[in-house]
This record gives sequence, C-alpha cells and structure tokens, in this order.
Amino acid sequence: MNYPNSIRIVRMPCTGKVDVLHMLRAFEKGADGVYIVGCMEGDCRFNNGNLRARKRVEQARRILNAVGVEGERIEMFNLSSGEGPRFAEIATEMTERVMALGPNPLKEGKKKMAA
Amino acid sequence: MIVADKKPMEEIIEQVKDYRKLLIAGCNECVTVCEAGGKKEVGILASALRMYFMNQGIKADIDEITLERQCDHEYLEEIRNNIDKYDAVLSLACGVGVQFLAEKYLSTPVYPGVNTCFMGVTEERGVWSERCQGCGQCLLGKTAGICPISRCAKRVMNGPCGGSSNGSCEINKELDCAWQLIITRLKELGRLDDYETLMPIKDWSTERAGGPRKVVREDVRQ
Repeated sequence: MNYPNSIRIVRMPCTGKVDVLHMLRAFEKGADGVYIVGCMEGDCRFNNGNLRARKRVEQARRILNAVGVEGERIEMFNLSSGEGPRFAEIATEMTERVMALGPNPLKEGKKKMAA
Repeated sequence: MIVADKKPMEEIIEQVKDYRKLLIAGCNECVTVCEAGGKKEVGILASALRMYFMNQGIKADIDEITLERQCDHEYLEEIRNNIDKYDAVLSLACGVGVQFLAEKYLSTPVYPGVNTCFMGVTEERGVWSERCQGCGQCLLGKTAGICPISRCAKRVMNGPCGGSSNGSCEINKELDCAWQLIITRLKELGRLDDYETLMPIKDWSTERAGGPRKVVREDVRQ
C-alpha cells in the first residue's frame, strides 16, 4: 500500500481534539492542504468527536475562503481503521486536488513581504 | 449573560484592513461563554487576519490579549502601558466593553469584532435566547418567573394577545407565547388567582424610553 510522500501525518487521540486554530495555523505556517481523517460517523469512541471535527472543518473552510485561501484545501474524511487502501486513496485524492490548486497562496504573499 | 454573535470575517477585515499594528482584545466573561469573543475566538481571528495580510503581501503585527473583563477600569488598565504600540484595537467584548475601552484610550481607534445581541441564557451549546431587557422594574415575582417584557413580542402586561395560538406566538411558531407559559406556570404553582389581578400601567421611564440610564449606589460608592 503506497500513498504520496508529501503527506505529513499528525496523530491525534480523536478528531474531536482537532481545533479550528490547529487547522488555521497549519495554513499560516505554509501547509498547502490539510485534511482530517476521522472514524466513521456513528462509530466515534467518544460519541461525537468526528461530528464536531466536521463542523470545525467547515468553520475553518469559511474562514479560509474569507481571507483568500481556497476552502477546497481543507477537507474531512471518515473511514474505519481497517480501510488502509481507502486511506491511500484519500491521500492521493487530496494530493491531486492540492496539486491542481497550486501552492498555498500565503507563500507568494510572504515572498512579497520579504521583497 | 450578555449574548453576542461573531461579526462576519469580511466585515471585520473591512474595518481593520488599513492598520498594520493591531491588538485583538478578547473578554473572559459573557462573550467567552457564548463563544463569540473569548481567548479561543481571539486566537482564531488573529490567525485569520494574519493570513489575510500575508495573502496581500502586507506585513502586519497582530497581537492577542484576553482581559478578565472589559467593563471594569482595573482590567482595562492592564493594557495602558502597551496600547500606544498599536494603530487600532479590535475588541471582541460586548458593546459595553468596546465603548469603555474607547472611552479610556482616546487616541487609539477601537473596532467591534462581535455584534452584541441581548441578555440571555444558554439553552444548549450553540443556542442562546433572550430573557431580560433590563426594563429597570422587575415584575417576575408577579409573572411566575417568566418575563412578558423580554419574551412577548408585544410586551403586553395582562394576558396573551389574539396572536397566541396553541401555545405559540403568531410571529413564529417556534416561539412560545410568554403569556401561555406564565398561565401554565401560575396554574402549576396554584397561583392562578394572581392572573386575575390587573397589572398597573408600567412606568417605561426606567427602560430605554427614559434615555440612557445610570445606577448610583451611595451605600457602596467611594
């Protein structure tokens, strides 16, 4: 099973632990895309961690759109821990999506600031 | 508590886009509880604005602070030594806090980051509703603890109007008729006779009709 090596995995105890600020900071620091991989809806060990995460992803997307960073760069996926091939598929899907969008526009802005 | 709602990001950006040194000031009281202007919201807004300026290729310094309260001198004094470093302050406190900050620091422009809505309760996380309009003459003792001023669209004082239907208000079926709630509760308390007592004409001069209000308590004044 292979997935693109551009992906950096940040392990969390539950997607319910992921905060809007974590996602925004990733973009602020130059990430080209962020996606959250949670358990299947209805299968959260903490009842609604993945449902909360989805709402936070939506909130982060609205903020990104408002500040001029394409909201498509952030996404939420649900899959079970036994679905390795699906994990690789998602990684490829997100990589292709981000490649099509190009680099994080903030990088260009940072260059302008430095000039 | 005072309930506030976040302003749209676009509106906030429009307010502060010409400043380069910005302080975002949250408040640790009501607006923290209603998740509109506490430490977390300050962090999110600061991150968003940093990204906005970065995207424009503009270098901007955005600092964050969350004061215990913005409606008291002692907490606002905490920023006195630093306030001159900033071109503007974006306050996420309620309208009270924004104004008090502006009154205190005359040479620094202050902008609101939230829309202040009402005095209300947390029905459940993410749902807040109005309970008090600060009319200055509380009559909850007569109305079984349910306020006809803040919860009745017409603010009627002696029973429901003709728009009350199956316990709902005519302006919105989701809205309970305050007088239906009052009558039901009076019945449960065995105090339905109170409903028969005619309420005197309310003195609205203690409400906003009398102009801006002030409470002066000589017993505690220094």
